[in-house]
Amino acid sequence: MVTVRLRAPLSELAGGRREVELEGITVLDVLRALEHEHPGVKGWILDEQGNIREHINVFVNKEYGREGTRLGPDARVHIIPAISGG
Amino acid sequence: MTELLVGTKKGLFVLHGEPGAAFEVGTRAFAGEPVEYAMRDQRTSRYFACVTSAFYGPKVFYTDDLGGEWEQAAGVELPEDAEKPLERLWTVVPAETDDHLFAGGAPGVLFESRDGGANWELNKPFWDQPTRPDWSPGAGGMCMHSIATWPGDPSRVALAISAVGVWLTDDGGQTWRHGNKGMYPRYMPEEAREETITLCVHNMHRAPKRPERLFMQFHGGVYRSDDAGESWASIAGGLPSDFGFPMVLDPDDPDSAYVIPLVADMDRVTPDGRVRVYETRDAGATWTERGDGLPSDNAYLTILRQAFCSDDSGPNMGLYFGATSGDVFGSGDAGATWFTAATKLPPVHSVRVA
Repeated sequence: MVTVRLRAPLSELAGGRREVELEGITVLDVLRALEHEHPGVKGWILDEQGNIREHINVFVNKEYGREGTRLGPDARVHIIPAISGG
Repeated sequence: MTELLVGTKKGLFVLHGEPGAAFEVGTRAFAGEPVEYAMRDQRTSRYFACVTSAFYGPKVFYTDDLGGEWEQAAGVELPEDAEKPLERLWTVVPAETDDHLFAGGAPGVLFESRDGGANWELNKPFWDQPTRPDWSPGAGGMCMHSIATWPGDPSRVALAISAVGVWLTDDGGQTWRHGNKGMYPRYMPEEAREETITLCVHNMHRAPKRPERLFMQFHGGVYRSDDAGESWASIAGGLPSDFGFPMVLDPDDPDSAYVIPLVADMDRVTPDGRVRVYETRDAGATWTERGDGLPSDNAYLTILRQAFCSDDSGPNMGLYFGATSGDVFGSGDAGATWFTAATKLPPVHSVRVA
């Protein structure tokens, strides 16, 4: 199982859960599984085309990950807003 | 008591007050998030907010209680096979039948709700326009900012997009056609001006008491149409500049319009350091400066396209506008005199009376 760690407001959209256990081979698999389990998250991390939104960072353990990044069985996936803005 | 919904770069501010004195900040919502537009549907008293998180994308939220929770509206998204995601929501407009609303956004998209705003669907005939691959955005994106319904006739709607001109339907949105005759895009080569559809409309409103009449603020031009948007004639004579973004009408006077001129597209601030609203009551034949009480010295403000609104009509009509400086100004006498409603807010994107 992969552990997905969420911060507000995503954690609120996931029923208040800051960690969710999900199955998946890639980051995209896990994000789709997250949307399936918690529909309120749909459209917040992935856009309509299934791409991670421009200013969202996904880390797999301590490395940057993208949609196709493959996950080990005990991976921890962190969803974090980018340090951007004005 | 007047309630103002002020969408800003850092959230929604709900201001309360009486014309003539400073307003108080009541509720603040979506703290830290850009609120592009907020309005209240007078038919249902439901509030709507268009929020474009830099991180999580554009969303429409609604609530029936400003002190309660906001809910995310469903269906405000593009098809999966679209080239790019939805960029931003620019406006929400009540339609002419119960529970029907429109929302306009970028890239040049129209959404409709048939249940009072909880669920939305893309208007497919407009999405599928065959010329869409040739459409060009303005500096603020390909924004559908103006949706002018026809009072009492749900089949007739006019849309305006920066920079894809005016679009008209006579069958409730099943088919669409251009309404661009007479616009003069100085920003295009002379050879291209006649044929181009790259027409940067900044704002458009229909006169409710004479619905075949519309007024438009263009990217360098102010126009009027008396044939329901089929063709347009310049009414910019007498204005200090024909560039600006917002426009307001007195809903009971089809000869009325208000604009806030800026210097030019290359210098988008109020001319000569003076903030002035211009009013016509003869359909654009003449314009009168309205600035009593507005900043007159060293005031170089930018007022965005959704940041000007009216309240009621006639000689006691309220007028309110906000600037990217964070200032909000108001008038309780149709522009004859002005007061400062708020200062030091974040940059103002939109102002609407609730």
